Amino acid sequence: MGMENEKLSFVTAGLPVIDCDLHNRIPPLEMLYPYLPDYWCDHCEESGFFGPDANDYPEGAPTSTRPEIMEPSEDRPQSDLALLREHALDPWGIEYGVLTCAYRVQSVHNEDLAAALASAVNDWQIEHWLDPEPRLRGSLIVPSQNPELAAKEIERLGDHPGFVQVMLPVRSQAPYGNRRYHPIYTAAGRHDLVIGIHYGGAPGLPPTSVGWPSTYLEEYVGMSQVFQAQVLSLVSEGVFDLFPSLRVALIEAGFTWMPSLMWRFDKEWRGLRHLTPWVKRLPSAYIREHMRMTLQPIDGPPTAEQLLQIIGQLDSDDFLMFSTDYPHWHFDSPEEAFPAKLPTSLACKILSENAREFYRL
Amino acid sequence: MKSTREKVPVIDTDIHNNLPSPESLHPYLSERWRKHQAMIGGRGHAGSNYPRGMPHAARHDAWPPSGLSPGADLAFMQEQLLDAWDFEYGVLNPLMGGSGLNLEYVAAIARAINDWQVEEWTTPEPRLKASIVVPYEDGELAAEEIHRRGEDPNFVQALLIARTDEPLGRRKYWKMYEAATQYDLPIGIHFGGTGAGPITGAGAPSYYIEDHGGMPQAFQTQVISLVCEGVFERFPTLKFVLIEGGFAWFPPLMWRLDQSWKKLKEEVPDLKKLPSEYMKEHFWLSSQPVEEPPKREYFDLLLEQLNARERLMFATDYPHWDFDAPDRAFPTSLAPDVKRRIMADNARELYKL
Repeated sequence: MGMENEKLSFVTAGLPVIDCDLHNRIPPLEMLYPYLPDYWCDHCEESGFFGPDANDYPEGAPTSTRPEIMEPSEDRPQSDLALLREHALDPWGIEYGVLTCAYRVQSVHNEDLAAALASAVNDWQIEHWLDPEPRLRGSLIVPSQNPELAAKEIERLGDHPGFVQVMLPVRSQAPYGNRRYHPIYTAAGRHDLVIGIHYGGAPGLPPTSVGWPSTYLEEYVGMSQVFQAQVLSLVSEGVFDLFPSLRVALIEAGFTWMPSLMWRFDKEWRGLRHLTPWVKRLPSAYIREHMRMTLQPIDGPPTAEQLLQIIGQLDSDDFLMFSTDYPHWHFDSPEEAFPAKLPTSLACKILSENAREFYRL
Repeated sequence: MKSTREKVPVIDTDIHNNLPSPESLHPYLSERWRKHQAMIGGRGHAGSNYPRGMPHAARHDAWPPSGLSPGADLAFMQEQLLDAWDFEYGVLNPLMGGSGLNLEYVAAIARAINDWQVEEWTTPEPRLKASIVVPYEDGELAAEEIHRRGEDPNFVQALLIARTDEPLGRRKYWKMYEAATQYDLPIGIHFGGTGAGPITGAGAPSYYIEDHGGMPQAFQTQVISLVCEGVFERFPTLKFVLIEGGFAWFPPLMWRLDQSWKKLKEEVPDLKKLPSEYMKEHFWLSSQPVEEPPKREYFDLLLEQLNARERLMFATDYPHWDFDAPDRAFPTSLAPDVKRRIMADNARELYKL
């Protein structure tokens, strides 16, 4: 099932590629013990605590794990990093890959433990991923349920050259425009880090505006509505006027819903802006200036032509950033992974230039 | 151009009638519930206030000279809406009474509102048809009310509010669907509500623009839930009308749901076809508030993707502030046959008017 280099070069035609959504596997708690203070190791041992839980990616679900990973193979590399190299970095010729570790410390309501786990997973990422593989960049895991503690973690590691963003799961206890999060944005700004809002999360609240859905399919599809809530919040609270250099990546959100949201949001603003007078421009202008979205999963229409139409309706060539979302399974052949019919200039922007500028790579 | 414009019939699928006062329901309530209303009143999921910038979210000119609240004065509604625009029919969607914590009380209020609608709205004004208010958080109680009014020609649909306590595909709501299919009554899901938790999957936002602008999130969740839970396999003739939820999100949701289902369909073996097939078959949408893309061609494409010719139904949302007038609702000029269908034919067929 491994992808063939020839096919890939056909798709990208030797163009530089930056992958903005690569998942490093969530480490079992014991792997973090070397990075956790003794107190918390004892605490976890005594409690029989196995680490943060989340429903984000059931391991057996096809959307979570590409088939080539599920298939047992004798000559398969043993380490996760070696797998990532073999399946993603090498075949795609990836110049930089941004790791988005889905470690949900937000589900741990003991905020000190959450903060300790975040620090541990970040130190683990440095040692096991960023130091040994110079093509990789990392996302800082932070206890975002306590923005003061989150800011401390950003200050601790924000200058490490391996980290390019702060990761916030899209599901949250309060939307990210809320002023309680300002310490996170202040700290991220100080270190010129992107805020990466990523699929999933486990804040202990339902993932929809009408309660808990029954199936994973519903939660998975419905995650785009949570992104919509975050976009409305960030713009409506005036975050981008308060933090003019703030950059927000919407990762693994799908993107074909974004034009419809911008149309509605702009109209809402025309009718209701007297209630939020600090929002000075059309919402879509803030969105296009301050936000970017990653490519996969492409929640696209049935035909390639329709996909080009919806990409056109974003009304910005700067907006999309390439991602494979490895090891999640969204496409079989590389042709499916990238809308191949794009004009070359736009293809270059999506494949690497937009991310290079946004992440300062 | 103007002199040759054809006069197109109009059916308004979203008009809000209001009670002159809480006591207006007294004639339709038993002694027990009159007392309950006076002593306790309706208790809901309080703690979700988003002040709306204008009283009753109403147009400033929709306050009747009688001193009643907007939507509460039939004569003024006739003058300002039905006569002024020469509507063929209008569908009443009272935004009250369908939800609350005490379900028995909610059921009593729903019955009273429906009786009040027949007595004071649809009987004196035959151009108006009403929606059956149902205590939708209890499938059996909701079914009872549908059985009571299902054959009454004053009513054209059962009415729910978009932000329910749970996603609408869940089993607790199925009795209501069974009853609706028995009378071939569509179920209208209307903008609004607070639900049992925060109004987004990301917690409680701060402002009305997020509440109002974020309502499509609830609608999308409901569509996803109804499709994925196999409701349309169980009730193959069930029809839903998505009222005041916008419609530009509908095509992208079809694509996203189809793409995701292709990978995850083993989890939902009840589904026999692409999710988008169920969406195309079982949902109608009202027009107001119309999303307005920056370019005309985007809107034309949207109408095509939506199959608007068959599924979009004009609505004003009278007397609310974001009222759409029939001559100015759409940011593009509709082809004459499409216009006739959206302005009246689709609603006439669906509601059997």
